[in-house]
Amino acid sequence: MSAQDEGRLRRLWWGPEPEVAADAGHGQAPPRVGFFTDTSVCIGCKACEVACKEWNAVPEDGLSLTGMSYDNTGALGASTWRHVAFVEQQKPLGGQQARVDHSELDVLALARRGSGTPVAEAEMTPTSPGRDGSGELRWLMASDVCKHCTHAACLDVCPTGSLFRTEFGTVVVQEDVCNGCGYCVPACPYGVIEQRPGDGRAWKCTLCYDRLGEGLEPACAKACPTDSIQFGPLEELRARAAERVAQLHRDGVADARLYGEDPGDGVGGAGAFFLLLDEPEVYGLPPDPQVTTRDLPAMWRHAAGAAAALLGAFALAFSGPRRAAGRRRAAGRR
Amino acid sequence: MSEAGVTREGLTGRRPGREARFGNGMNGPAGRHRRPEGREGERRGGGARAEVVPPAAFASYYGRPVIKPPSWEAPDIAGYLFLGGLAGAGSVLAAGAELTRRPATARAMKLSSLTAVSLSAAALIHDLGRPERFLHMLRVLKPTSPMSVGSWLLAGYGPLAGAAALSDLTGLLPRAGRAATCAAAAFGPAVAAYTGALLSDTAVPAWHEGHRAMPYLFTASAATAAAGMALLAGPLAENRPARRVAALGAAAELAAARTLRRQAGRAAETYERGAAGRLMRLAEGLGLAGAAGAALLGGRARPAAALAGAALLAASACTRFGVFHAGLASARDPQYTVRPQRERLAAAG
Repeated sequence: MSAQDEGRLRRLWWGPEPEVAADAGHGQAPPRVGFFTDTSVCIGCKACEVACKEWNAVPEDGLSLTGMSYDNTGALGASTWRHVAFVEQQKPLGGQQARVDHSELDVLALARRGSGTPVAEAEMTPTSPGRDGSGELRWLMASDVCKHCTHAACLDVCPTGSLFRTEFGTVVVQEDVCNGCGYCVPACPYGVIEQRPGDGRAWKCTLCYDRLGEGLEPACAKACPTDSIQFGPLEELRARAAERVAQLHRDGVADARLYGEDPGDGVGGAGAFFLLLDEPEVYGLPPDPQVTTRDLPAMWRHAAGAAAALLGAFALAFSGPRRAAGRRRAAGRR
Repeated sequence: MSEAGVTREGLTGRRPGREARFGNGMNGPAGRHRRPEGREGERRGGGARAEVVPPAAFASYYGRPVIKPPSWEAPDIAGYLFLGGLAGAGSVLAAGAELTRRPATARAMKLSSLTAVSLSAAALIHDLGRPERFLHMLRVLKPTSPMSVGSWLLAGYGPLAGAAALSDLTGLLPRAGRAATCAAAAFGPAVAAYTGALLSDTAVPAWHEGHRAMPYLFTASAATAAAGMALLAGPLAENRPARRVAALGAAAELAAARTLRRQAGRAAETYERGAAGRLMRLAEGLGLAGAAGAALLGGRARPAAALAGAALLAASACTRFGVFHAGLASARDPQYTVRPQRERLAAAG
């Protein structure tokens, strides 16, 4: 095998892979698209969740209350392709300016009173000190989605070819092919894809493959009122994200960091990446995900070794000296 | 309780069990999960190397798992791991017995392998979300998918095992029967070994982290099972190779299980606790007892050989179910996903 072939094989396996669609066999592929979810402007309205369910006709999957802040969705799954996480923290946000027009309000009068609601009725006002002297509340919200990995474990392990790479570089399940083996479910390092109860097949975000074909943006990005969810060519999104995180750092939001945008990470960079305000695991995301198939060559080598050892052990047992001492020697040799 | 003061009555509104824990609060311990005292260093035989590092905290999203555990049913998939191993290694034993003129053992093992591989196929198809689409497994052959490779292996192995058993039973086409026996023995080790890659090629920490030892554990367990079946079903006069395989298999299974736990890092705990821990310990005990029984009495008394064989079969099954349950436990607890990844990032700087 030439060095070039070897390099190509390695690129298909893990690490940066600039042309995912071309590598998957799409000749004239359009630029790879994805999501940049800027959680610093997410307001937790869940319009993305609703728009996704509506457009993709995703069935209802439970209407219970979880007690997890405003998150009653729980997690991504077979029937939840967008999930807004809510995290309550005792930490003041630095240097925030809402830039809301207050020209109509007599803010000095409000400030004197201490609250928009008359103090007698309000009981607790924005300026009243915390009862236990603790800090302010910071409320993190983040809309999670399938990452459409460069090296997608779900796609790699799918035995039927149901999961495939589209010309847009996204990862989509063909529902008429999936036989519900469920192998993609534990393969995903983010816990995104899942089998739908009663249906048996695996389902996940398609990045609105049907809309992309018509030149439309995905339903969630279309519905997002704050542009927290941005859709576009991945290269453009990466540049925009780098600019945004630099801007936040300049404004004093030292917590801002990008997640999943690095083509050198364990999944070769995510097609859907995020700007987060805390560690990924706080939002339920793995801090350093790795595509499991990266280790598959080693697994096959060890499986071959184990198969050979099995054959060798039986050969020893059948052909070894017919005295009891032979057993110990054979065990030692193994 | 709501430390953020979001309720009007403050602490008076406390509802037990319904409080929202903070993710990674900078000013309080509420969002960081601490493990109960004294459980951190709980490793058997670890009295001398007591844990000196204080229990580390880690952040998670309301303690929810990061990855999804497989929805596979234990009787189907762990059962298949056992039966597939029994069938694969059994075919090797059958060929060995046939070539060394141990016809009764050869016939018993061919029958056992045919039965086991048939039950395997039934279990695998039963576990599919869409069983009527099981043939979709053979749409493509993907080396990146151990399940695809395994489907093709079974598709090749199953008919050979069937032909070997039917020829032996009916006496028809003896030459073709012998060829099928040998071909099944060639496929057998692959059928027994690929399942190690099948489980390891996932994001499940207890399975993936042990990916180097898993195939060895599974082939050792398969050898133990096949030896157990030969001791149970074969005549005394022919069971010397089975007794040797029993000793080799049980010893290798013990060693591989220990190596697996060492490689699994933090997720090794899941092999030592709960249902998985009980199954793994039971497998060790049964394996040692079965191998010892086979070595000492298996060549002398029929009941002893049968009992040792049953113990070895049970040991192999316990190993498979133990590994299966350890994987589920490691997938359900976010610490096994988050903490090793954090440590990896810290080590990389």
